[in-house]
Amino acid sequence: MTKIPMAEAIDKVVKWLQINFGESIDAFSDSFGDLIKYLESYLAFIPWWLLILLFALAAWRVSGWKLAVGTILGLAFIFNLQLWPAFLSTLVLVFISALVSIVMGIPLGIIAGRNYRFHRIISPVLDFMQTMPSFVYLIPALLFLGIGTVPAVFATVIFAMPPAIRFTDLGIRQVPVDLVEVGEAFGSTPGQLLWKIQLPVALPTIMAGINQTMMLSLSMVVIASMIGAGGLGAGVLEAIAQLKIGMGFEYGIAVVIIAIILDRLTQGIGSSLRTGDK
Amino acid sequence: MKEKIIVKNLVKVFGANPQKALALLKEGKDKAEILNETGFTVGVNNVSFSVNAGEIFVIMGLSGSGKSTILRCLNRLIEPSAGEIIVDGTDITKLNAKQLRKFRQEKTAMVFQQFALLPHRTVLDNTVYGLEVQGIPKKEREEKALKILEIVGLKGWEDKYPSQLSGGMKQRVGLARALTNDADILLMDEAFSALDPLIREEMQDELLSLQQKMNKTIIFITHDLNEALKLGDRIAFLRDGALIQVGTPEEITTHPSDDYVAKFVRGVDRSKILTAADIMKKPQPLIPLRDGPNVALRIMKEHGISSVFVVDRERHLQGIITVDAALEARKAGIMSLSEVELEHGPVVSEETPLHDTLTAMVDSKLPMGVVNQDNKLVGIIVRGSILAALAPDYSGSDSEDELAATASPDHKLVFAEEEMEQESANSAI
Repeated sequence: MTKIPMAEAIDKVVKWLQINFGESIDAFSDSFGDLIKYLESYLAFIPWWLLILLFALAAWRVSGWKLAVGTILGLAFIFNLQLWPAFLSTLVLVFISALVSIVMGIPLGIIAGRNYRFHRIISPVLDFMQTMPSFVYLIPALLFLGIGTVPAVFATVIFAMPPAIRFTDLGIRQVPVDLVEVGEAFGSTPGQLLWKIQLPVALPTIMAGINQTMMLSLSMVVIASMIGAGGLGAGVLEAIAQLKIGMGFEYGIAVVIIAIILDRLTQGIGSSLRTGDK
Repeated sequence: MKEKIIVKNLVKVFGANPQKALALLKEGKDKAEILNETGFTVGVNNVSFSVNAGEIFVIMGLSGSGKSTILRCLNRLIEPSAGEIIVDGTDITKLNAKQLRKFRQEKTAMVFQQFALLPHRTVLDNTVYGLEVQGIPKKEREEKALKILEIVGLKGWEDKYPSQLSGGMKQRVGLARALTNDADILLMDEAFSALDPLIREEMQDELLSLQQKMNKTIIFITHDLNEALKLGDRIAFLRDGALIQVGTPEEITTHPSDDYVAKFVRGVDRSKILTAADIMKKPQPLIPLRDGPNVALRIMKEHGISSVFVVDRERHLQGIITVDAALEARKAGIMSLSEVELEHGPVVSEETPLHDTLTAMVDSKLPMGVVNQDNKLVGIIVRGSILAALAPDYSGSDSEDELAATASPDHKLVFAEEEMEQESANSAI
């Protein structure tokens, strides 16, 4: 029995894309890379203690003083470990990837939530995106975009976008039928129905999706260090390569601290929306 | 009366391709056969009715009988499969999307069983929703909403969120939201079913008093017969998507069209549906205050009764004079009843339920007077008529000509008074 030449076919497609769109992809990649670099350097201008205070303030607003204190301690610890530059570049990568995922994912989720056929089409695609081992995304990213932060963002977006789509889709589907009927019975346009009823009611669920997207972005940004994304992931990779257990642990702890802070922050926003009183 | 809504041969078949089921319906197959053959459910089966402007039209049936489906066809939340729905002369099944939105904004407002308040909006913001989507300026719509919120008794609650309200208050918001829209037609889908019994009755009473002021056309869905009888000007009975009977509460309870309806109304407490006005007899004989005990005695003798109602010129009830009192007055040489101390029997208003007249009757030997809003005597009730009304085969209050008499009692009384004056002249020996 002959093997179906799947790998060969995919290679051919990738090659074709590279030949035909290579230049424009490169141009896009360069400008996007510049944007990330600028962001990183601007962030570096902010004194470390001010940034910590800003985070603490946000934590206090959405959650309470406990999270604020935890945030100050955690971030000060990262600074003390002298991982501040790596922390900043990881932060930028996570935020940009999450932002792109959310900006693309929520509209797709809205379409899926309102259109059953689109929901049926996109569901298996999302399954595919989420279950494919994340390392595999690194290969085409590497081929098209080379080594650096841009391919890292590309791979991260693919990996982190599904929850934004799924939760938005789910949130809109879960809006009680009678609330949708209220919208229709009072003569709302489809747009009014979306903005005045479906999105506000689905918002807590959508926030849970955003939380998931944030978390997946962080985990993928660390993995993406394999194709040249800087930051904490690069440190972890170096520690693995050189078998420096202590160093790996330091970088690892820093990732955990960021993860906890981002998670509690986004959850806090979600639950303050859920209670309804603003 | 003007017909506001006319529904002609409305059919709703649930399923992707209802044409086949529609064809089978035309052949006269029933719901179960069609489900077997096509797998489609017939929700509404060839229903026709009309609703008059300003009436409360109750659609009554068990769950699954298609009542909510019919209601949702009236504003096309559910698309009818066939038939016409004519509202104010326009067939709304033919409206396009934009026209339909306008129709829903201007003609109809809906109240939902589970209240369906938007959880992220305050009471006030929920109430203005209908005007908001119409693009009415914020100040104007909020002024209007505040007025309605005051009417439904929610003043001071404008800034609360739905999660902070009790069930009864939530439905008041639901009602306020519908009323703020100022539509002619209110569609109420089991609006009070989710409330506990005391609050439910309170809301029913409130709806009735609101309706007196606003005079909307209300389609009210319920599975509760007592609610239907209390609210409905007319009631439509529904079973398996088909209309079985349409009629006033009295027609339904006294002449059920088939066993299904009969079974339904059997358990009804008649003493709660019938009112004093339904069972009273015309107020005769009466005696004017200025007449003397002699006239009173003669009238009692003529009619074979032992007491007679005494009224003044405006037919306000003054009291009752009994045979014994009249005899004593004659012995004492009194010439006018105005000098006699009259006895006072129980008095009820026209709307008093029969149930309550019973209690009033127990404590008194005297007949009961029924007065209208202006405190004029419009009828009398004796023990016999209460018992007759409670008997199972009771149908209607009086014979038709007597009903006509109560319809214009003033004319009748003037006539009666003249008659009495003549008689008293004759008997003044």
